[in-house]
Amino acid sequence: MNIVAILKMVPDVVEEFEVAADGKSLDIEFLRLIVNERDEHALEQALILKELLGGSVTALALDAPDIDDVLFTALAKGADRAVKVTGVEEGLTTRSAASILAQTLPNVPDLLPAELILTGCQAIDDIDAQAPALLARRLQLPYLGLVSGVEVDASTNTAKVAKEFAGGVRGEFELTLPAVLGIQAAEKPPRYVPVAKVRAAMKEGEIEEVTAPVASEAALIDIIEMNVPEVAGRAEMLEGDADEIAARLCDVLVERGLL
Amino acid sequence: MAGNVLVMADQWRGELSDITYELLALGRELADGLGVSLEAVIVGHQLGELPNKLGAADVVHCLDNPALADPVPDAVSQALAEVIKQQEPAAVLIPWTNVAADLLGLLPAQLDAPFLNFCQDVRVVDGQLEARCVLYGGKMEAKVVGRARPLILGVLPGARSAEQGRVDGAPTVVAASVAIQDSGVHFKSYVEPEAGDVDITQQEVLISVGRGVQSGDNVKIAEELAAELGGAVCGSRPVIDQGWLSLSRQVGKSGAIVKPKLYIAAGISGAPEHVEGMKDSDTIIAINTDPGAPIYSVAHFGAVEDATDVLPALLDAVRAKKG
Repeated sequence: MNIVAILKMVPDVVEEFEVAADGKSLDIEFLRLIVNERDEHALEQALILKELLGGSVTALALDAPDIDDVLFTALAKGADRAVKVTGVEEGLTTRSAASILAQTLPNVPDLLPAELILTGCQAIDDIDAQAPALLARRLQLPYLGLVSGVEVDASTNTAKVAKEFAGGVRGEFELTLPAVLGIQAAEKPPRYVPVAKVRAAMKEGEIEEVTAPVASEAALIDIIEMNVPEVAGRAEMLEGDADEIAARLCDVLVERGLL
Repeated sequence: MAGNVLVMADQWRGELSDITYELLALGRELADGLGVSLEAVIVGHQLGELPNKLGAADVVHCLDNPALADPVPDAVSQALAEVIKQQEPAAVLIPWTNVAADLLGLLPAQLDAPFLNFCQDVRVVDGQLEARCVLYGGKMEAKVVGRARPLILGVLPGARSAEQGRVDGAPTVVAASVAIQDSGVHFKSYVEPEAGDVDITQQEVLISVGRGVQSGDNVKIAEELAAELGGAVCGSRPVIDQGWLSLSRQVGKSGAIVKPKLYIAAGISGAPEHVEGMKDSDTIIAINTDPGAPIYSVAHFGAVEDATDVLPALLDAVRAKKG
């Protein structure tokens, strides 16, 4: 059972966001980047399946700030290989990034065919594509997204997969492997790994580097303008410390007949 | 006819959701702005009268096929791609729901067409469609255009009112025939949510917790506050993913749509997929340390403060008030 888990960096939304000088992109110079949360779940699901069925997990990512730490962390969590795709431009849109991945994956030594390619079903910067679907189409593999449970039956080379619909309803699907899955949530929260273990992975582990193809695809969309939306237009903002805010909220509840 | 606006109906388990009508209202505006027809496409099997319920459209393409009886994204994507190739629309509006979510990835990839995701609004500007897209969990927005046709747009709930799109009409229903190839993805069955827990859609007071409550222990304080106010606790996606609350307590796209009298959002940033589940609550109070959190755009009252400080203070204050 060989699984590829694809990880991508995105800005941490707890930070203050500003528009870059070009007026149409996010200024990421001072922003902290973190792993796309859904991708963390994809890695976790890959590790869970490996623990159950054996085989290997390869964590793979396009080059980005702090990506080495992320890949070493993946090794510390239990991934067997870490692969970094180098030579990629900064600020790629999702479509360009997914297209690079689709071209690169077949060229990584001993990677494909993998039974499963798992990655987050979406990311907060997906303006022009959903990466796993595009990857599946380009690699001509079956695809399902919004996945929150995976069971593999090695004897039939199939996976039983739970997909989220609305109102807490899930659909059960069967996929022929190999396949690409867009993970919404792993069966368990992503595991914590102590810093000491990550340091050990940095000493003993290795990140394999693969060069991205030179030609990137032409963009199909144009961002004309980017803005920080006005968010406080409607809310009456309450000032003070926690006790003062609590007292004012209590008054609001009484005024509105809720207390 | 080439150049029209095509709306995909959100049909699931024999029902049309509100967003279908929101998109028809939006689609009508765009079609009028471009001087073209508004067409709809509905996908499924044994659709019965559903195509006739899309009265706002001039033409409804009906893809009624046993292979489309279940929502297998790849099959639906194949079918839609076929209709789009035949009809050559200028734009295709796809509802951003969990039923249609995978199409937003598959369809543009299959057609190699431009795709605009997370559209909150679309307008005709100088004869061209311009979308306002929400990015980074609602912390940024962008005006975006496509470079080619057909332009595929993933439209979020709330772009227009559903009432606007509920029009009595007699659209021309065209039965479209397509061949669906086996994609290696097969639907087996639905798994309904576990019964027995509190039904959060029936609560008048909801204390909703998000990532900002930081630990499962703080969820207990929210539970105590909910008990004092005669309500229940619910949460956003990260809290469910952490296992601090069960799936039945999730508010938003994958969970429940709630409209309580009081919704206290504690430590919730307000990503679009959460907001669509609670924005119609009577009174919304948001507590979050981030002054730029999008939750404040739907809240009636807000406090830029740590929810882990405000929740216990509010619990004490409520208890004191009740004596």
